[in-house]
Amino acid sequence: MNNLQKNRFIDQVFKILGILFTMLGIFILGVLIYNILKVGVTRINWDFLTSLPSRRPEKAGIYTAIIGTLDLMLLTIIFAIPVGVGAGIYLEEYAKKSKFSSLLEINISNLAGVPSIIYGLLGLGIFVRFFGLGGSILSGSLTLSLLILPIIIVATREAIKAVPHSLKEASYGLGASKWQTIKNVVLPSSFGGILTGIILSLSRAIGETAPLIVVGAMAYVPFVPHSVFDTFSVLPMQIFSWTTRPQQGFAIAASAAIIILLIITFVMNGIAVYFRNKWQKKLK
Amino acid sequence: MKKLVFIISLAILAVSCGEKKAEKTSELTGSIAIDGSGTVYPVSEAVAEEFLKTEPKVKVTVGESGTGGGFKKFATGVTDISDASREIKGKEIELCKENAIEYIKLTVALDGITVVINKDNTWAKSMTTEELKKLWEPNSTIKKWNEIRAEWPNEEIHLYGPNTSHGTYDFFTEVIMGESGASRTDYNAVSDYNVAVQGIEKDVNALGYFGLSYYEENKDKLGVVGIDNGSGVVLPSIETVANNQYAPLSRSLFIFVNTKSAQRPEVEKFVKFYLENAPQLSKEVGYVPMPQSGYDEQKAAFEAILIKK
Repeated sequence: MNNLQKNRFIDQVFKILGILFTMLGIFILGVLIYNILKVGVTRINWDFLTSLPSRRPEKAGIYTAIIGTLDLMLLTIIFAIPVGVGAGIYLEEYAKKSKFSSLLEINISNLAGVPSIIYGLLGLGIFVRFFGLGGSILSGSLTLSLLILPIIIVATREAIKAVPHSLKEASYGLGASKWQTIKNVVLPSSFGGILTGIILSLSRAIGETAPLIVVGAMAYVPFVPHSVFDTFSVLPMQIFSWTTRPQQGFAIAASAAIIILLIITFVMNGIAVYFRNKWQKKLK
Repeated sequence: MKKLVFIISLAILAVSCGEKKAEKTSELTGSIAIDGSGTVYPVSEAVAEEFLKTEPKVKVTVGESGTGGGFKKFATGVTDISDASREIKGKEIELCKENAIEYIKLTVALDGITVVINKDNTWAKSMTTEELKKLWEPNSTIKKWNEIRAEWPNEEIHLYGPNTSHGTYDFFTEVIMGESGASRTDYNAVSDYNVAVQGIEKDVNALGYFGLSYYEENKDKLGVVGIDNGSGVVLPSIETVANNQYAPLSRSLFIFVNTKSAQRPEVEKFVKFYLENAPQLSKEVGYVPMPQSGYDEQKAAFEAILIKK
């Protein structure tokens, strides 16, 4: 075997390995989804979506949990996106290279890897106790906002970094100010990347249970929150509660709730992908 | 004449009584926060669900952040009622004192910790409490079945049990080892008992312990170990737990009620409703009700603190 053949052989091996690993990931996801669908899909009906939780698994529903999850996501979006995108823009466009800014950068990257339960404890200390917001939906969404901020900031920075320098220079050349350049050139052409980061972060937030338990999400909440200061439940909390019960009926209900959670996640991602594609077409 | 006065006064009394009753059934409002043990959660959830039907305007929420987590909230006055699958500990009592929280402990149901084995395990049909202690004590060297009893197979034993955050863990170690939290650590510590059920179901050499309801729901898939505390082998069942024959692994499930909260009419009514309906509802969710006399005692104890204040 000469050198060329050897290299080609390694090339092929690497390619096949790559395909195998990709298939493995998809295969496991497929098995997971198949199992859940098999158990839970027949349990989903209108009553399941509109009923309150119950001790009788065949009667239990996820109405308050769905509303809780949607409310929580909405508030999280309101808090996290402006702050996250704003911080990303500042760090990439305004901040001067200094020891302080590189310290900031390292910390933000590290924060993205902190376990979510730690954010729960932080939320408990700051929002629940110090600001006295209690185990409210407001505390929950602020905690989740903290959790996903690093992801949004990092994604925003990467997206902005990818904007061609020539575009910015052209804008400056025409006499545009920094803010005009950001508003008219940088943000529009990095919008797709920023949106991808936001999608990823929200998909993470919607499945979180641990920090919300710490903050005070309840498993049994028989009413819909009327204000941001009300107690709340969320779908992952309900799923967690049901999977630990001894009765088989609750396992079925949990699978059904997981399907609903997946659908909500897919719809949310779908909307974001739709906007991203539409935006990119407009740019061209 | 006297008769007439008597009749009129009786009528007035009846009317006034009727009015009072009407007032009581008129709708209560307010909210009641409950948190604590995941074991007691199903009972509290069931009671809250039924209470909602009679008092639809009272907002009852139930969490399950664990007995310890629940007491942390209870001791700082965040919750009105704390579900617990064990007694309150010294540190928790101190925290309550610091925050001037007074409480009453009420027993709402019974549970039996069940030692379970695989369906195809033909040997370990009973164990003594000493054998359990030898098997589970800290630094236990037992790795194989025949190290417990010589006639048992020369096979590795695979252990399943709750992790340290469970009240079940505290209780089991307390009564078997004599010290809460004293346990060997090289076992499969689960946070969800259904994981233990699945593990034991598939492994003929497995042994584990958890609440009776998880065994009752999976009777067709699991085997059970009878417990011999020196006075004969007893199998856990609703009867043997209720009459305390299944000793020492029978335990009580509690709710701790904040005395100050109990002054609020909605909390008072809820707790009374709880004790009234616990026999039926605890059975429905898989636990063992106390004898009725037990519930009468709990009711009397609760009435007593209402009068005292």
